[in-house]
Amino acid sequence: MTEPLTPPKRKNPLKKTRLPLLPSGIRSRTAQMLTLVAAEGRFALPTCLDCGAVHYPPRDACPKCLSARIFAQEAPAGGRVAAETIIRTSTDPYFRERMPWRIGTVVLDAGPSIIAHLQGDVATGSRARMEWKLDKSGQAVAFALPEKETPNMADDPQLREMTLDPKFRRVLVTDARTAVGQEMVKALAAQGAAIVFAGLAEPWKPAPVRDALAAIKGVEIVPIDITDTDSVNELAGEIGAKVDILINTAEHIRPGGLMERKGVGVAREELEAGYLGLVRLAQAFGPTMRFRGADGTNSACAWVNVLSVFAQVNWPQFGAHSASQAAMLSAAQSLRAEFRAGGVRVINVFTGPLETEWYQAVPPPKVAPSQVAAATIDALKRGLEDVYVGDIAQDVRSRLAVNPKAIEREL
Amino acid sequence: MTSKSAKIAKTPSGNASGPLAALASALAGGAIEVIDLTQTLSPDFPTLVLPPELGQCTPFRIEEISRYDERGPAWYWNTITLSEHTGTHFDAPVHWISGRDLPHNTVDAVPAQKQVAPACVIDCSELSAKDADFLLQPAHIEAWEAEHGRIPAGSWVLMRTDWSKRDAASYANLREDGAHTPGPSPAAMRLLVEARGILGFGTETIGTDSGQAHHLDPPYPAHYILHGNGRYGLQCLANLDKLPPTGALIIAPPLKIRHGSGSPLRVLALVERGATGGKA
Repeated sequence: MTEPLTPPKRKNPLKKTRLPLLPSGIRSRTAQMLTLVAAEGRFALPTCLDCGAVHYPPRDACPKCLSARIFAQEAPAGGRVAAETIIRTSTDPYFRERMPWRIGTVVLDAGPSIIAHLQGDVATGSRARMEWKLDKSGQAVAFALPEKETPNMADDPQLREMTLDPKFRRVLVTDARTAVGQEMVKALAAQGAAIVFAGLAEPWKPAPVRDALAAIKGVEIVPIDITDTDSVNELAGEIGAKVDILINTAEHIRPGGLMERKGVGVAREELEAGYLGLVRLAQAFGPTMRFRGADGTNSACAWVNVLSVFAQVNWPQFGAHSASQAAMLSAAQSLRAEFRAGGVRVINVFTGPLETEWYQAVPPPKVAPSQVAAATIDALKRGLEDVYVGDIAQDVRSRLAVNPKAIEREL
Repeated sequence: MTSKSAKIAKTPSGNASGPLAALASALAGGAIEVIDLTQTLSPDFPTLVLPPELGQCTPFRIEEISRYDERGPAWYWNTITLSEHTGTHFDAPVHWISGRDLPHNTVDAVPAQKQVAPACVIDCSELSAKDADFLLQPAHIEAWEAEHGRIPAGSWVLMRTDWSKRDAASYANLREDGAHTPGPSPAAMRLLVEARGILGFGTETIGTDSGQAHHLDPPYPAHYILHGNGRYGLQCLANLDKLPPTGALIIAPPLKIRHGSGSPLRVLALVERGATGGKA
């Protein structure tokens, strides 16, 4: 059984904040096939397209038939722990601070044996469920978890290094006026977040949801308008040092492409609430979060962008909005690189059309705001990086992988 | 312009006893006070709210260009964005469809002579406090005139409601059915524009019209009647309680925006010391 995590004590102001260190982040380009599956939370192994042999670690040629056609294919995630080792000392600065550390050899049901990080409840001889996890350097590592959920399993310190669990953390939801934002606030509070800061812009406009959200234990309503630099900077000045997870739920969804709209007014609003809003948040909250990447139990750990899946391929019915989302997707990639030194994960939650007012005329399937919140919680708890919520988002993802031109013509 | 300034230069120096010299000395001595009728431009100040599918009033935003830093080591300056109708602002006749074909209907064409004018201030603060949807009627205007005299042609009429003293939420006063803020009735607007020949109408609220004015006939009577007759609007004014019912001189020059429909501006009032606010 895992020792349950205790709520973190208040910081001792006389102590220096520890700088975030990273485990080795070097991988071969071939090995990055596992980064891709880890980012999406899939379990796959290098598999030969010609002879079907499964191998590990990833190689440029099949160890059985020498074919160069290797790809990551979904594989059974089960295995048995053959041996375990407790590492008590290391010259690696990252692991030195985290000793002792348990690793073990897992014989996979799929064939290969693999050296993996072990969750505390996994021991020699026990069955294990394997996952690819992204470590603090953003690289895929093998992690052996108990086959069935064990008490306080997620509180295991080694596992918590890989996940972004909201438990005991303080989360800023930038826009609680949106349906997604409201569901996010509720879900985070239910997951044991220490504080959920629920952002409300333009306090002079009625917000019927204000009282309901403020009544939830742990929720604090904060003023923030991500279209207003002063407002973002002011809130960062007040709470920036205690935002461990930032979830940007701001949206400005309007139908239409480029030609039929008169002027750039709406496009500008889309950018203000979208791309430029992200820039403002990054400048105001980013540096402190990156600095606090190893700040104890409630270290800064994640930045979540809720994006339309049409950031990846334009949907002309919402063409200009798709373009603003594409700008945000590109910005998110920059942010990922900028956050890497702090070990802060950037998660993109891609959704299809939502069950909200601006998608009223769009036929189903649509994504309920609560689904987006649930998928975000799942991504935080598993430590994912790219999440596709709902049928449309998953469909776009798979069609893009097959033929991006086809989907461009069909949308 | 050149010829005018040349003329002024040629004017004999005997103007030391002229009206402008008297004004200057009254200003310096404090016999005439300058009252600022302007709200501070800030992102927190409410703007007009329209249904979200319509074009919106761009709120005030401010971005640093540099602040004694690597972007400009010895100087501080900002870029501001806002609509022509954000904050304390001026409405030109072209703002409304009724004034779209009039001559000189844009802000850049407002004659300089009309940018300084006297004001009549009608105090509706008590009535507005009782009823957020208070509408100024001809009877209120006539009662004011019985006390203070007939409203002179070419003057501003300012509707004091003390709305500018409210916090942002009760200032916008938005409910499920829209904004609830005071303003003029169609009959009052007709009286002021057609019978009194006012220069323009000013309010403390977000618009010259009441919050529910789209339900009046004509909809938005202040906009429709003022601008259809080439008159002006001022809104989001402050400190109207510091003005006397008559006798204040308003300085309200809009920015000279080519083809502009309106303009944020600083509005000043010259007031003789001792003159105070009155009742409607």
